[in-house]
Amino acid sequence: MSSSRGRAPSVQGRADGPLRAQCEVLAYQRIGNYHSLTFVAPEMAERARPGQFVSVAVKGEGTLLRRPFSIYAVSRHGPWAGTIEIVFDVVGPGTRYLSKLAKHSSVDIVGPLGRSFPMPQQAVDCLLVGGGYGAAPLLFLAQRLQQSSLRVNIVLGAATQNRLFNIIEAKRLSASSAFTTEDGSFGIHGRVTDVLERMLAGGTVGVIYACGPMPMLAAVTAIAREHRVAVQVAVEEAMACGVGVCMTCVLPVRRDRRTANLRACVEGPVFNGKTILWERLGRQPDDEVASGEEATAQGWA
Amino acid sequence: MTAVESSPRAPHRLRHDQVDTRVNLSADPSQPLQLANPIVTASGCFGSGRELQRFFDIANLGAVVVKSLTVEPRDGLPTPRMAETASGMLNAIGLQNPGIEAWVATELPWLHGLGVPVIVSITGKTVAEYRELAEHLRDQPGVVAIEANISCPNVEDRNVVFACRQDATRKAIQQVTSVSTVPVFAKLTPDVTDIVAIAKAAVAGGASGVSLVNTLLGMAIDAEFRRPKLAAVTGGLSGPAIKPVALRAVHQVHQALPDLPIIGMGGVRSVTDVVEFLLAGANAVAVGTATFANPMVTLELTQGLSRWCAERGIATAAELRGALDW
Repeated sequence: MSSSRGRAPSVQGRADGPLRAQCEVLAYQRIGNYHSLTFVAPEMAERARPGQFVSVAVKGEGTLLRRPFSIYAVSRHGPWAGTIEIVFDVVGPGTRYLSKLAKHSSVDIVGPLGRSFPMPQQAVDCLLVGGGYGAAPLLFLAQRLQQSSLRVNIVLGAATQNRLFNIIEAKRLSASSAFTTEDGSFGIHGRVTDVLERMLAGGTVGVIYACGPMPMLAAVTAIAREHRVAVQVAVEEAMACGVGVCMTCVLPVRRDRRTANLRACVEGPVFNGKTILWERLGRQPDDEVASGEEATAQGWA
Repeated sequence: MTAVESSPRAPHRLRHDQVDTRVNLSADPSQPLQLANPIVTASGCFGSGRELQRFFDIANLGAVVVKSLTVEPRDGLPTPRMAETASGMLNAIGLQNPGIEAWVATELPWLHGLGVPVIVSITGKTVAEYRELAEHLRDQPGVVAIEANISCPNVEDRNVVFACRQDATRKAIQQVTSVSTVPVFAKLTPDVTDIVAIAKAAVAGGASGVSLVNTLLGMAIDAEFRRPKLAAVTGGLSGPAIKPVALRAVHQVHQALPDLPIIGMGGVRSVTDVVEFLLAGANAVAVGTATFANPMVTLELTQGLSRWCAERGIATAAELRGALDW
């Protein structure tokens, strides 16, 4: 990492899997209504794949636990070696702390964590569906899909215009795109599911990748099932540890002909949407430990 | 005393590798239970071990205490299972675990292969289940002790908190000790009027030691939505918020039963926290919630304790046990 401030090695961990590192803040910016932080983290950037997340130590009144954020972008090269970028909304003391971090300050990060989006095995068209800043990991994925010469279509939705995440990037990274807002302030007045039928009509889409609030993921999965299209969803669950030990982030998933409470942090956050028992999901969390989305308060895209 | 006077004992510094960190978790001279250092994992904050092994070699720890096992596999409670509170967290997991049979078949051999001493946490719904669980662990290689969790406040069957009553404590522990081939620690809840009386009941049931303390039963409410933050409504409070309560419990039990081995825990996250528990009377110190915030904290504490002792000229970690000046 950036400097030799002595003491413990700045990167701890093993040859593969997650690492823990003290990372320098390289940039902070506002993206619409959201905030983004870029850290210098060469080893993590090398290992990170779309759909994975990092957990960030925060300070603030009474905060104890890390905050998980899906990875929005990585750069493996460039003047600052490798970097990782995350996106968040300020919803509590932890994210407020992150939004006020000075450039060059040091942050304790663990990652990359979790199961990434599986890449298509065949040359099929891909449909990426994001709610709010659930778009962030999908834009990382879009970049990788484009590099594999796959056709990418993107649908982003939010409650209102300034909660749509990075429209320009979404347009740049896709062959076709659509945007929905529940209040009609931008794009199509409605929800992402209102345009999925049209995007799937050509019959060339082989897989849907989705990230956003749980009710949206459930609705997208239902449409994918109707159209017999594969669907991979990145879920959010409240998590304490992010590394698989605390068992708080579980959701009921059907696997090997039985149902098990699987951990979103290690068995997920990406799951085959058709294996999740959506109707049996617990009540969704409201606070920022939930990990990312403006879960229940804003409705869904 | 001034703030500068951080080390009142005129230190003769040692190198950290000169510090003997070994501790003994047994009061029985014929059956010592020696750990390489006093740092162990707290039950429920360790997973299967494979998760933390991705970060560091868990064989560096004094021992590992595994997540509580039950007779049958359990799916646990619905989510949300966790709520962060001021300097603490609430959890209501509902003892999700693969069941003792599956665990003994697949996880124990793996842990044993790493060479780390394994303390197995078990919890039953009935007195009879404690016996059944202990039977599964008889003569299992790698198992150095059983921690009988008789205090978990999260199980749906809320009527059964053994560790709130002396007779239930004694009976449950008796079932375990009557069949166990290794020392048995009773894990107690601090949610009682007289924890010393419960500790004595555990000893009457044959416990070799006690683990102090389990989480405190708590609750968090979302004011906007006017509902409990946990699906189970109440849950176990852990983290720095409970450390003073835990230190008090360790101190009280150690004063009443000075020879009784104690695994102390509750809000430990720094080396000085570890030392405070040792001074209060713990032989070993378990680390729980801090692992959620930092997966490597237990390893860092083993290294940090050696340095702490070395800087103060303390040659053995064991001499800190109960060495409170008052």
